[in-house]
Amino acid sequence: MSAASAGSPAASAELRLDPLARLGRLVSGTGAIARVEVQKLRHDNLDIFTRSVQPLLWLFVFGTALQHARSLNGGTGDYRAYIAPGVMAQAALFVAIFYGLAVIWERDLGQLQRLLATPLPRLGIVLGKASGASVRAIVQAIVLFAVLAIARIEIHWSVFGVLGSLVLLAIGTAAFACLSMVLAAVVKTRERFMGIGQLVAMPLFFASSALYPLALLPVWLRAIARVNPLTYEVEGMRRMLLALPVGDAVWIDFAVSIAFLAVFAGLAARLYPRAIL
Amino acid sequence: MSSRPDTEPAVLVDDLVVRFGDVTAVAGVSFSVENGEVFGLLGPNGAGKTTTLRVLTTVLRPTAGRARVAGHDALAEGLHVRASIGYIPQAISVDAALTGRESLEFYARVNGVPRRERKARIADAIETMGLESIVDRLARTYSGGMLRRLEVATALLTRPRVLFLDEPTVGLDPTARRLVWEHLEMLRDEEGTALLVTTHIMEEAERHCERIAIMDLGRLAAQGSPQELKDEFGAASLDDVFAAATGHEIVEGGSFRDVRRQRRIARRLG
Repeated sequence: MSAASAGSPAASAELRLDPLARLGRLVSGTGAIARVEVQKLRHDNLDIFTRSVQPLLWLFVFGTALQHARSLNGGTGDYRAYIAPGVMAQAALFVAIFYGLAVIWERDLGQLQRLLATPLPRLGIVLGKASGASVRAIVQAIVLFAVLAIARIEIHWSVFGVLGSLVLLAIGTAAFACLSMVLAAVVKTRERFMGIGQLVAMPLFFASSALYPLALLPVWLRAIARVNPLTYEVEGMRRMLLALPVGDAVWIDFAVSIAFLAVFAGLAARLYPRAIL
Repeated sequence: MSSRPDTEPAVLVDDLVVRFGDVTAVAGVSFSVENGEVFGLLGPNGAGKTTTLRVLTTVLRPTAGRARVAGHDALAEGLHVRASIGYIPQAISVDAALTGRESLEFYARVNGVPRRERKARIADAIETMGLESIVDRLARTYSGGMLRRLEVATALLTRPRVLFLDEPTVGLDPTARRLVWEHLEMLRDEEGTALLVTTHIMEEAERHCERIAIMDLGRLAAQGSPQELKDEFGAASLDDVFAAATGHEIVEGGSFRDVRRQRRIARRLG
C-alpha cells in the first residue's frame, strides 16, 4: 500500500465517546445506509413502477365505482380526491410492512453480521433502512401526484400541502418499516414473516380512514382506528391536500406519527441483533 | 505502526463459555493471537468456531470468560473493538445490487474513515486486492473469488489491527482460493494485520497458518504450529492430528441452518 499506511488506524485512535460524537456517528451511519438504499433503487427501479399500478387501481376502479356514494367522501367533492391520500399511504404501507424481509435476507447472507461488527450504531442501521422505505414511498407518491394532475382530479394544490404530506408520508412509512423490522427480528424466517406481514397490513389498512371517514365505522372498529398510526398519517395528509380546516389537528397527526416512529425505531434497534441468532 | 499499543496480543481469549439455553456452543476455550500472525481456528461445522468469532466481533455476549481484542475488552469496550477490527463472515457480506466501488464507499462511511482520506484509502484497497478492472461493475456479476477479494478490500479501509475471516475460501475453486490467500498474506506482510481464520480444510490451514487451534464440540483439542502438532501426535498430516486429538475423524456436523447456508453460498459462488 502507499505511504499513508504508516499512519495510525483511523477509527480506533480517535474514537470519541461524548454524546456529540455518538450523535455524529448515528447521523452519518443513517446517511450511509440510506445512501446505499437509494443507489440500489437507481440500479434497479422497475419495482417502484410496478408497485404504482395497485394504487392506480384503487384510485380509478374503486374510487370511480364508489364516486356516487355521497356519504363516503366526508363532504368533499370528488371521492377519488378523498381517497388519494389514503391510497398513497396504503401503497407506502405495503412497501414498508415487508421491508423487514430485507433483514431476514441480509441475515441469511452475511451483511447483518458484518454491519453489527462495525462502529455503526444499531439505531443508525434501523433508521437508514427505514429511510430507504420512505424514499420509495415518496417516489411512488410523486408518480400518483402526477397522475392526479393529468387526470384532473381536484385536490388542493399548494406547496405546503404537497411538501407537508410528503414529509408526513415519509415519517409514517419509516415507522411502519421499523415495525416490520421488529416483526422480522421476532419471527426470523421468511415464510412466517410473509404470513405475518399480510396479517398486519390488511387490518391496518381497513381499520383506518384511508377509504372512508371514521364516522361511518362501527364503534369498536373506530376505537381500533384511533390507535392505528395509519389513521393519523392519512388524516394529516388529507387535511393538507384537500384544504380541510387544518387547525391544530395536523400538528397532532405529525406528533403521533413521530411518536410511533420513535417507539418502533427504538424497539427495532434493540431487537435487531436477535435477528442473527 | 508505532502508535499502536502493541504490548498486548491482537486477540486474547480466556476460558470463554457460550451457552444457548441447554446447548453449550463454546465450553471453556483459551488461546491468543499475536500481532501480525496468521492464526487458524480449525474444526468441523458446529465445533463452535463461528460462535467464538461472534463473541470476538462483539456481536454476541459470552456466558462466561474473557475476550480481549486489539487491547480492548470485547464486552465492556465493544465500540473500541468494532473500530479496530475487520470481519468477513462466512456468508456473502457485500450487497450484490451495488457496484464494488459503492460497497467500498459504504464501508468507508460506516467505519468512520475521514472524508478527506476516503478516496485515497479506497484506491489503495482496490490496488491491494487487484480489483481495478471490476470495481465499477455490479457485484452480482462477480465470481466467487472476486467477491471475496472485494470483501477483504472493504475490510482494509480502516487498516484494522485484526482481521477475522470465517471460512474465507469455502465454495471457491483452487485457483481463486490460492489468489485469496496470496492477497491475505501480502496484507499481513505489508500492514502487520493479524489474521484469525476459521476453516475446516486441514490442508489449507497447514499451508497458510503459523499457528493452529483445533476445535471440536466447543473445546480446544490441541494448539501449536502445524509442525509442532504433527510432532506432538506423531502424525503425518493435520487430518491425522485431528483424529488423534479428538478421537474421531473430521465429520460434518452443524445445524440444518448451517448446512443450508453453506450450500447456498457454495451455489452462489460456484
